[in-house]
Amino acid sequence: MKKIEAIIRKSKFEDVKQALYDAGIEWFSYWDITGLGKSTEEQVVRGQVFKSGYIQRRMVSIVVRDINLEKTVNAILNAAWTGETGDGKLFVSDIRETFRIRTKESGPDALFNK
Amino acid sequence: MKKYLVSLAGLLTVFNSNLAAQNISTTIKTIPKIDTGDTSWMIVAIAFVLLMSIPGLALFYGGLVRRKNVLNVFMQIFILVSVITLEWVTFGYSNTFGTNSIEALKPYIGGFNWAFLNNINISDLSPYFVSHSQPATDGHLIGTIPHIVFIMFQCMFAIITPALIIGAFAERINFKGFLIFSILWAVLIYNPVAHWVWSNDGWLNKLGTLDFAGGIVVHINAGIAAIVTAIMLGKRRDYKGHAIPAHDITYVAMGAGLLWVGWFGFNAGSGLAADGLAGNALLVTHVAGATAALTWALLEWIIDKRPTVVGISTGAIGGLATITPAAGYVGIGGALALGLTASLICFAMVAYIKPKLGYDDSLDAFGVHGIGGIIGSILTGVLATPLIQSAYSGSLYGNIHQLWVQLLAVGVTIIYSGIGTFILFKITEKLIGVRASDTHEAAGLDETQHGETAYTNFD
Repeated sequence: MKKIEAIIRKSKFEDVKQALYDAGIEWFSYWDITGLGKSTEEQVVRGQVFKSGYIQRRMVSIVVRDINLEKTVNAILNAAWTGETGDGKLFVSDIRETFRIRTKESGPDALFNK
Repeated sequence: MKKYLVSLAGLLTVFNSNLAAQNISTTIKTIPKIDTGDTSWMIVAIAFVLLMSIPGLALFYGGLVRRKNVLNVFMQIFILVSVITLEWVTFGYSNTFGTNSIEALKPYIGGFNWAFLNNINISDLSPYFVSHSQPATDGHLIGTIPHIVFIMFQCMFAIITPALIIGAFAERINFKGFLIFSILWAVLIYNPVAHWVWSNDGWLNKLGTLDFAGGIVVHINAGIAAIVTAIMLGKRRDYKGHAIPAHDITYVAMGAGLLWVGWFGFNAGSGLAADGLAGNALLVTHVAGATAALTWALLEWIIDKRPTVVGISTGAIGGLATITPAAGYVGIGGALALGLTASLICFAMVAYIKPKLGYDDSLDAFGVHGIGGIIGSILTGVLATPLIQSAYSGSLYGNIHQLWVQLLAVGVTIIYSGIGTFILFKITEKLIGVRASDTHEAAGLDETQHGETAYTNFD
């Protein structure tokens, strides 16, 4: 089992969601994140223009069976791409164990994404 | 029963006039009456002006600060509403609009004759009036609304003035220091200045200063106190020479909207009557607010590429502050001129001059209210037209003297409010401290001053 965590543009979220659906990945979590970095957004407050210092992105987190890893990663890489600086990052890590709380099953069968 | 009373009053009138007829003059004395139309409008106007403080100003300022300080701003305004109301009815009103028993002090501060609203009955008519007046039984002129209604109308002005200063020191003041300073300021700065300009005994009033609804008394007064406290308190720990973005711009827009609506009571109520003058005040207030809001949005659109919600809200408030002293003296042309000038100058002040000077006026209480008040109060001396109130005209209509009077009143208020604020701030600082500790400021004043947080994860 692998965990895929991707930091993507908020504007690309709908595209990524659709690409994941198309790849058969229908269960995942996401949340809004704020980070720091080079491509900070410009902000205007009462006529003053300045670099806000913050970057707003969305984090998508999915745990998949090993066989689904490649198509999930490809779906995100293609759908979140614009070619401009700031497209984001994708991390893959190992998951040691998974449990389904209701039935107490464990292992890959406990995952939603078949 | 009512008919009997009326005929009795009629008899008395006839009797009185018979007496008067024995003298050569044949003036018919009538018993002064409350005008119900004027009174109903004034009671509504009072509610409108309270709406400006809570929730109008609370939302406007609360939205502009960061989320860790929003409740602190709400609390500051709520407690001022409570405390200043009590100050006002105990001695504030008397100090401001009462008569001093010491002759030499009369032009400078009121007395204690109306302390605890002593000797004021519900049937008493207001000794203050603008356009509607009538002779009292002793012959001098009085207003057409109950005295207590006038007291409450003025109470709302006494509340909102110290509340405006909050914008200057928001996000870094400790609550106790804020409260003590604000009370001292209300008693020793607001009350005397309001006495000078609005009381029948006031020396600036006697000089002929024009301040219809508080450009000098409210906006310059609070605006100058704002810049003095902003400088004395120092910058916020995170201030980097540019505005810290608002945490909730929907609050800002809602607050600005409520302030705009409330301003109809503020300005159109200041004629103390429901008449054409009130209608004109409402018209010019709305037009100046709209002009200034649009001008600010266009400036941002042209210079910064996009019009912003914080910008259009700020512009509206600037324009409304600017028209305030002029609302009873200018027509629609004056309103357009004031609205346009307000946004051009306030925008330059906030966007270019403030960052160069380097002080941290958190929410631009000086840049918007102070500057707006100064522009409006001076230009009232230029744009006042006899078409609105025939007794008053500005230099554009041949009365250059009015401009000098306005400049003097503005200058005196700036000096008094500036020096007075400095002294009161120093006293509060020595006695109990004003600046919040660095750890409190970093953690946010909601948590550290009040033990509450605005946006929780609780279901």
